[in-house]
Amino acid sequence: MKTLDLTMALVVGGLFSTGVYLLLQRSLMRALLGFILLGHGANLLLLVVGGPPAAPPIVAGGESPDPRVYADPLPQAMALTAIVITFGVTTFLLALAYRSWLLSGHDETQDDVEDRRIGTAAERADVEPAPAARPDTPERGEGDR
Amino acid sequence: MTALVALPVLLPVLAAGLVLALHGRATAQRALTVAVLTAVLADAVVLLVRVERDGPVVMEVGGWPPPLGIVLVADLLAALLLVVAVLVALAVLLFAVGQGRGDPESTLAMPFHPSYLLLVAGLGLAFLAGDLFNLFVAFELMLAASYVLITLNAGRPRVRAGMTYVMTSLTSSLLFLTAVALVYAATGTVNLADLAGRTEGLPEGVRAALSLLLFVVFGIKAAVVPLHFWLPDSYPTAPAPITAVFAALLTKVGVYATVRVQTLLFPREDLWWTAAVVAVATMLVGLLGAVAQDDVNRLLSFTLVGHVGYMLLGLALFDVAGLAGTILYVVHHIIVQASLFLVAGLVVAATGTASLSRMERGGAGRVVPPGVRPLFAVAALSLAGIPPLSGFVAKFALLRAAVAHGGAGAYALAAAALLTSLLTLYAMVRVWRAAFTGPARRGPARTAGRSGSALTVAATVCTVLAGLTVTVGAGPLADLSERAADALVHADVYREAVLGGPR
Repeated sequence: MKTLDLTMALVVGGLFSTGVYLLLQRSLMRALLGFILLGHGANLLLLVVGGPPAAPPIVAGGESPDPRVYADPLPQAMALTAIVITFGVTTFLLALAYRSWLLSGHDETQDDVEDRRIGTAAERADVEPAPAARPDTPERGEGDR
Repeated sequence: MTALVALPVLLPVLAAGLVLALHGRATAQRALTVAVLTAVLADAVVLLVRVERDGPVVMEVGGWPPPLGIVLVADLLAALLLVVAVLVALAVLLFAVGQGRGDPESTLAMPFHPSYLLLVAGLGLAFLAGDLFNLFVAFELMLAASYVLITLNAGRPRVRAGMTYVMTSLTSSLLFLTAVALVYAATGTVNLADLAGRTEGLPEGVRAALSLLLFVVFGIKAAVVPLHFWLPDSYPTAPAPITAVFAALLTKVGVYATVRVQTLLFPREDLWWTAAVVAVATMLVGLLGAVAQDDVNRLLSFTLVGHVGYMLLGLALFDVAGLAGTILYVVHHIIVQASLFLVAGLVVAATGTASLSRMERGGAGRVVPPGVRPLFAVAALSLAGIPPLSGFVAKFALLRAAVAHGGAGAYALAAAALLTSLLTLYAMVRVWRAAFTGPARRGPARTAGRSGSALTVAATVCTVLAGLTVTVGAGPLADLSERAADALVHADVYREAVLGGPR
């Protein structure tokens, strides 16, 4: 049975909880920070599951000594790949936040109005006269969404 | 011959770089992208034939033997889905090229071709990946390309949709990474074939937790209720061909990953209740949502959500007949959903609006070219499962499996499936009424928008014809699905093919 370093467990837990909290914010910048923290948490978890720190897993000269003195290289390789991927996606998110800021002056995620429009369609039909009775009703513009 | 397995990933990735270098030469870019996808399709067909004849083809990447080395595995399921996916991707590409010609504000912005190629590479890798971590990389490759595609020419609506889409996908990706770490911690391997032998020894609680975590991860990607909320909000804002390829392929990769992982790692003897409940909820919520919609693309997105429920139905039964039904349904749905979104693209291009009520008032029936009618009719009736179209074949296989399985759960699933089929027909009739039946009002036909070039129509015709081919070839295809499902339930073949040394 492997033992787990308590400090690492707490750090991973802390990263996950702060990450999820930030991810739930409306501002894309905060969500991005949340994503970064969550990514760190997941990568750290990958490292932790590889076992305690040990010697670099390089076997020189062809002899095969006790494998237990070496660190497990597989999770490290996976973490490295995952870090590269998270890095790339982070830059994309930054560009998206910038784009949103250019277009609307902020980077907050907007609600989707279509859901609400359909959800309240029945109520509006009660209040307003039926559309058939008012053929001149201005149609909703393309730019409303 | 094992190089055949690597080509569906390698070719598009290499070509993506080349296409990026050809920036500014639009014709060369188009020609190269189309040529590469055609080559991948040919490769996939050859692969399917070989796999069908000789059993799974395994490639050890870099010559490192499994379970430590990376393997690409093409078994019957992977090869079959690869062929269908690349076929649809090629048709949608032709549609996009046709739409882009003579339209400066087109979908064919500079990053389109490279991203599209990377998307196909990610799809190929997802189908062929032989270990859990590589599956993660495949998802990332595919999703990163899709982030770019969904925010092409980003105006406000697309940025909004892009935010929802990207954040949701990223959350699921990080959960996936966590799941990979936990699986490695529990078993000490990420190779799927190796895992299949090791998960049996895990404590019941750990097994259930890992199974559920992976189900959630792929459930977000496959948009199963209650993890579907992001899909109808984000897909409809993208240009028609991009929505079509996302709807047809991305969710199906989620379904494929669920099927692969759950059958291989967490085999069950009886009905899988979690999946059964989720399947019923997905079918009903998806289609009831679709019935309420006014925007044609949103309506189709909701039907997409609903029909993912059918694929879960077969998985929930967890026997050969059920899984065969699921495979058949995935094949049918990839083709039909793509053709529906392409037809919707033609209709929207002709009428200039996606809103059903505005189409009806604007006399869409006069503007939409008459040739589009039969295309929509065939695709829509097929989705609803009217005999003898492909939807009927797939639904019939699923219903027969449910009834043969027996028990209250299976009958409830069958009942929900029938109700969903009826609701689908109703939703499709709404689109038909709005888009193709002209109002009594007389007047000169509006010359709104272009109706799309010949190539867009040709591409749509191709997908619809592919759907009809599924009907014609239903017998052999059902046979193929059954063999693929049999291999899923009896995982020994897969394990031996991967771990038993190179072929």
